[in-house]
Amino acid sequence: MLKRFVASTIAVLAVLTLPSPGRAQTAQPAPAPVRDISGIWTPANSPGDGIGGTGAKNMPEDGKLEHQLPYTPLGLETLAKHKPGNGARMVHPSEINDPEVISCEPQGLPREDLYELRTTQILQTPLSVIILYQFDKIWRVIWADGRELEKEHPEPRWFGYSVGKWEDDYTFVVKTNGTDERTWLDKAGRPHSEDLVMEERFHRVSRDRLELTLTIDDPKMYTKTWIALNKFPFKLMPPTTDVREMMCSNEEFKAYHKAMEFLDPDAK
Amino acid sequence: MRNITASIFFVVVGLLVVSVPLLAHHGNAAFDSASVTVKGTVTEFTWGNPHCFVKFDVKDNQGAIVHWVAETSNPSDMIDRGWTKQSLKAGYEVTVTMLPVKSGKPIGRIQKIVLADGKVLSTTLPPQPKTE
Repeated sequence: MLKRFVASTIAVLAVLTLPSPGRAQTAQPAPAPVRDISGIWTPANSPGDGIGGTGAKNMPEDGKLEHQLPYTPLGLETLAKHKPGNGARMVHPSEINDPEVISCEPQGLPREDLYELRTTQILQTPLSVIILYQFDKIWRVIWADGRELEKEHPEPRWFGYSVGKWEDDYTFVVKTNGTDERTWLDKAGRPHSEDLVMEERFHRVSRDRLELTLTIDDPKMYTKTWIALNKFPFKLMPPTTDVREMMCSNEEFKAYHKAMEFLDPDAK
Repeated sequence: MRNITASIFFVVVGLLVVSVPLLAHHGNAAFDSASVTVKGTVTEFTWGNPHCFVKFDVKDNQGAIVHWVAETSNPSDMIDRGWTKQSLKAGYEVTVTMLPVKSGKPIGRIQKIVLADGKVLSTTLPPQPKTE
């Protein structure tokens, strides 16, 4: 009897410790397709992971020493003029002077990557990569036809001028310049100048995972480059995903401001 | 007005320090960190950007009607939290937990609303499934 008990116990333990197809084995992610970042992508960690209310996700304006940006004197001077509603420098809503918040101005680049980065659709053509953003239903064209990024442009643009190249089969690197310095770099009011060159690295880790790293290079405002997004993760959504609308409507803003009395300086 | 006077009374039970479930467009500077809970009747619900907001009437301790307004996040966020444009209608009896503004005005940021049938409308995102 005792022998049978010991034998059956050993058998059970053996079964439990052996690898099982249905247990303790993690499926390998499907491989990434070659030179393809197209698809509908949404923040992988949570729908709000890309909101960036306190500024660039990798360097939020939270008062921590390690998140202090390397401002030039002009950068600091410009920063002081920007009055955000969130973060360590937040002011009362009646004092906010964020153009996007108070009057629905286009937020432009690089802020489109740093504030309200939500479900994002990427399309590819033989000559370009086109990104459709949920927030404000913005689209932008990134030329991928082998051209070089021009240093001079006829005018600044809210979303600048972008050129992308495949660094390898899974990494698409985009350089953008010619942005309009009326925009804030992020929701925390960090500044940028027309000399800004931003680099976006879209790295497709697997079929279902895309990472975005954003680097800021603006010697007028910052003494060295800094990373605003560091491998921000997106997950691939089904191709039938209906991306929601999220528009800045002046009439809706007016109604909201009036109801909440946010523009009333006496409401503090 | 008949619905309002018949159904509302003031029941502040707050003073719990809680985290803000949503990072708002206009920041947190205007709001207190202690929540209050009041019972009232919806007069209007606006579904729009940058934030949805609900107006509701509450009877204070002296029996006077106080017109409250309180915000949620934007429609896209609220859909993720189970809300729709039809979630609140004029006449609904509601118990609202919110962060009031520091000025003392009847303005707030909603944390949750409990409807008369017990259904809870929260502004906190439900747990998300893990990804790879």
